[in-house]
Amino acid sequence: MIVIENVSKWYGKTRVLDHCSTRIAQGEVVVVCGPSGSGKSTLIKTINGLEPFDEGRIVVNGVSVGAPGTNLPKLRAHVGMVFQSFELFPHLTVIENLALAQVVVLGRSRDEARTRGQGYLARVGLDGFADRLPAQLSGGQQQRVAIARALCMDPVCMLFDEPTSALDPEMVGEVLDVMVELAGEGMTMVCVTHEMGFARKVADRVIFMDQGAILDDCAGEAFFGDPDGRPERARQFLARVLPH
Amino acid sequence: MDFSVITNNLSYFLLGAWPHGPLGGAALTLVLSVCSALASGVLGLVFGVALAMTHGAAHQALVLFLGFFRAIPVLMLIFWTYFLLPIVFGFNVPGVGTVIVALSLIGGSYLAHSVYAGIRSLPPGQWQAAAALGLGRVQALRYVILPQALPIMLPSFLNQWIALIKDSSLAYVIGVGELSFVATQVSNREMVYPTEIFLFVALLYFLICSSLELGAGAIARRYGTAAKPT
Repeated sequence: MIVIENVSKWYGKTRVLDHCSTRIAQGEVVVVCGPSGSGKSTLIKTINGLEPFDEGRIVVNGVSVGAPGTNLPKLRAHVGMVFQSFELFPHLTVIENLALAQVVVLGRSRDEARTRGQGYLARVGLDGFADRLPAQLSGGQQQRVAIARALCMDPVCMLFDEPTSALDPEMVGEVLDVMVELAGEGMTMVCVTHEMGFARKVADRVIFMDQGAILDDCAGEAFFGDPDGRPERARQFLARVLPH
Repeated sequence: MDFSVITNNLSYFLLGAWPHGPLGGAALTLVLSVCSALASGVLGLVFGVALAMTHGAAHQALVLFLGFFRAIPVLMLIFWTYFLLPIVFGFNVPGVGTVIVALSLIGGSYLAHSVYAGIRSLPPGQWQAAAALGLGRVQALRYVILPQALPIMLPSFLNQWIALIKDSSLAYVIGVGELSFVATQVSNREMVYPTEIFLFVALLYFLICSSLELGAGAIARRYGTAAKPT
């Protein structure tokens, strides 16, 4: 489904991605973790072409992301992305947020888009919020709307870029619940997150990054169950983030 | 003070020689202002969006072009278009047209930078979110960026349009009979009432500019929901 091969990227002379390679299969849930500044967010944004890269190759659903002729908007229409800061469109109501890209990009009718939007709103537990403005919702509600907005596009996979990092602690759970449910339904997911409890529960695989490189790439059970088999940096990271 | 000079010439102040001659006075000031406000608004939007969508050499060329019109005085541009264009292109440009073109170009150049700044004031995440949903750059601009940026730009547009109303008085240098021009005419003819005449003219400019401000305020309140931040 997603192939990342030897991807490197520089900001000027700083190397932010260092020969990253991995493969993500259909239906797999992959958690990307690591200290801040390790290149996790940059890596996940190269998958839908929001961040260009300098070397290597990324193929999503058979389409090469970095190739010159690639129709990036078309690719992105079917790769859902959820941002740390929600990025709902503040001038549009919730239902208009959900309908916009369905109408403009996929060419669905307004009615069809709104009906679908209502369906996904119900799924993330926000029935009855359709006509609110984003500013009238809590952070957790906004992030659930953002997830619904991505799902409306029938994505082949979902990318989550620290979806709970900007939330108040009491709202983290409601967003993670939606993500756990999504994982249970077989959605292909790549999640950059510090929520190790979530990772332990749903991750088929964990990728650990530091200084732009993938240092560890193993099954979820191995990452959490076999600390001795981990590289030194990953062990230190785990010791810090896991609750004692 | 003797304000009979105003009442005796009221029609001339407000309408010029119309209906027996060309429209002039405050009415012509209004016509000049509305036409150049609309044209400068369109130019400002087009060039501002162009600034936001271009990079490198094209962007620099545009900045230089706009910089040129921002740097020259309105008076000079009016002179140039009035005296130079007929020489260069071989046809006469009527005075009213000259003033509208000059005010629109200069106002548009200022507004272009306001539009550009308004577009850039939005968090880059909004562009990214639009792109991540599959919207192209033009679609993102149309459906996501401009609807948020335009309300932010409104005060800049208002400033520019008020400046433009007052700059329309420069039309007097090429004999366009707008408000300042007819006021000077009346003052020269009557000789002894400059205080009364120019107090009245100031009042008229004040009324025109304030009503624009009030109108814009009403529009802002009417569509105020769009301007709410997250």
